[in-house]
Amino acid sequence: MGNTSLIRLEDIGMTYKIGDIPYEALKGICLNINNGEFISIMGASGSGKSTLMNILGCLDKPTSGSYFLEDRDVSDLTSDELAEIRNKKIGFVFQGFNLVQRLTLIENVMLPLYYSGFHSKEAEYMASETLKLVNLYEKGNKFPNQISGGEQQVVAIARAIVNDAPMIIADEPTGNLDSVRGSDVMNLFLKINAERGSTIILVTHDKNIADYGRRLVTMRDGAIIS
Amino acid sequence: MKQKKVKFAFFLDLEYAYKTLLRNKIRSLLTILGIVIGVGSVIATISIGQGASKAIQNSINSMGSNLLFVLPGSSSLGGIHRGFGMLPTLTLNDAYAIRKLPAVRTDSGMLNATQQVIWRGNNWATLIDGANSTFTTIRSWSVAKGVFFDRRQVTSVSNVAVIGDTVATKLFGLMNPVGHVVLIHNIPFTVIGVLSAKGFNAFGRDRDDIVVIPITTMLEKIAGTTWVRAIAVSAISDKDTIRAQSEITALLRQRHHIPLHKPNDFFIRNLSEIAKTANSSADTFTILLGSIAAISLLVGGIGIMNIMLVSVTERTKEIGIRMTVGAKKKDILKQFLIESSVLSLFGGLLGVGCGIGLSDMISLLSPLKTIVTTEPVVISLVFSLAVGIFFGFYPAYKASRMNPAEALRYE
Repeated sequence: MGNTSLIRLEDIGMTYKIGDIPYEALKGICLNINNGEFISIMGASGSGKSTLMNILGCLDKPTSGSYFLEDRDVSDLTSDELAEIRNKKIGFVFQGFNLVQRLTLIENVMLPLYYSGFHSKEAEYMASETLKLVNLYEKGNKFPNQISGGEQQVVAIARAIVNDAPMIIADEPTGNLDSVRGSDVMNLFLKINAERGSTIILVTHDKNIADYGRRLVTMRDGAIIS
Repeated sequence: MKQKKVKFAFFLDLEYAYKTLLRNKIRSLLTILGIVIGVGSVIATISIGQGASKAIQNSINSMGSNLLFVLPGSSSLGGIHRGFGMLPTLTLNDAYAIRKLPAVRTDSGMLNATQQVIWRGNNWATLIDGANSTFTTIRSWSVAKGVFFDRRQVTSVSNVAVIGDTVATKLFGLMNPVGHVVLIHNIPFTVIGVLSAKGFNAFGRDRDDIVVIPITTMLEKIAGTTWVRAIAVSAISDKDTIRAQSEITALLRQRHHIPLHKPNDFFIRNLSEIAKTANSSADTFTILLGSIAAISLLVGGIGIMNIMLVSVTERTKEIGIRMTVGAKKKDILKQFLIESSVLSLFGGLLGVGCGIGLSDMISLLSPLKTIVTTEPVVISLVFSLAVGIFFGFYPAYKASRMNPAEALRYE
């Protein structure tokens, strides 16, 4: 996979309207990310990093510019087409874990498979194998509120990799964890990056966490400054 | 692969819907209360309507089979209008002529009067019915003890009487009245039979409070007239009542020498027509009650919509997560539609249970025997499912239109 291009952003702009006043959250962002990279996007709150993450994760569409994912222009697809890309190409890990509280852990891990057409038994097998990989298989039938925050984040990571997505977007993944649990989670990302070759895009405001990445992008006021 | 997905998704959705609703037992129960009451009252009211309709049918059938009554016409002499049956225009010979018509099975001239019946120390005022030997056929009425008088006894103007169950009890108590002599209008009559008990009719009259004597005896010895008050006619079948009616009309106009431009001097009442009218009014009543109940079903549907809207708002985060990992619009739409359908169908089932219970209770506590048939049960279940889908659609649609990035941020 080495140096093949995964993501190419060309002059991406994002303008929100707050009432009648336009607010420019992103200004002419250009960024290339190759397959297998571990990249950290760092910035203070309000720097536009969350907006950028939403666009990279196909959760939102830019108001200007082009976004090429695996050489396909995805900047103007329908919401269902974007849903399919998120399902097949992107795994998400959030600060607040974002597990569905009323589903068991294994059902949470199965969720992306559920929406991509796997048979129930097949999906359950794949989810079990993934939970074994992160050493949480025994707790598969528990509910999210029955395990610790660190474990919940590991389940979220399992959900992000279960569909073998080429890229994982992690938004402040250690924000709700103590430093020990936080470094466990970061080491898991390093392991996944090294062993599975998944591209990892880490969004954080914390320099210590950003340092886990091999490449650092810093943002301020909606633009990349380094 | 495509087919697998459908199966997987549908059953899992169903299972999740079921689990979600169980997790909020009280709320789910309150949500479906409207549907439960709606379906329950639809089932109960229709069972009452069908029971009433059946009761009317039974009571009319028990009056006699394919029965027509020929009554003398009304008179309006000197500006005073008298009701039907007051004019002396029908005779026993009219009755005998009617009997020969093709659409008529049998007939019986009728004249009745209330008289005191005396047996030893006991006496009882009752209806004395002058009738023909065909009485038992026309009125579908059998004799419990002894025999009914025959044609010979009618022609010979015999002093015989067949008494109703109530009269037998009032005069004879537990004794067998057959063979005893009673006095009617101070004339001795031999009791030759007792009619089987029929009970009260739909209008509350005791049908067993009756004494039947030959019409000839009635005319000559008690009333002292040749006019009958009515002729009861039994048509050969239910379908032939209308034909019998027109045959009788033609015959009587001819016998009474009525010119073409003059109205009939008699009047024919068709009991099966009355039965149809009574049935259709029972049906109207059922439809009216049923539609009021159906409105409560609609109100129940609005209740479901309300709670589903709340549920969608509450679960914005979940919807966001599902969309993030790849749920399309139709996936979210389907999930919430299945949930509201499961809710309303469950409400429908519970309502059917309540409705059947209610109808059983009415049967138990009132004289009306309610009837629950399959049709209203199936229809109201289908209807409640439709209500769930219809009223669940808007909340589900709202959920499916959410922006995933915004939905994720929702706390």
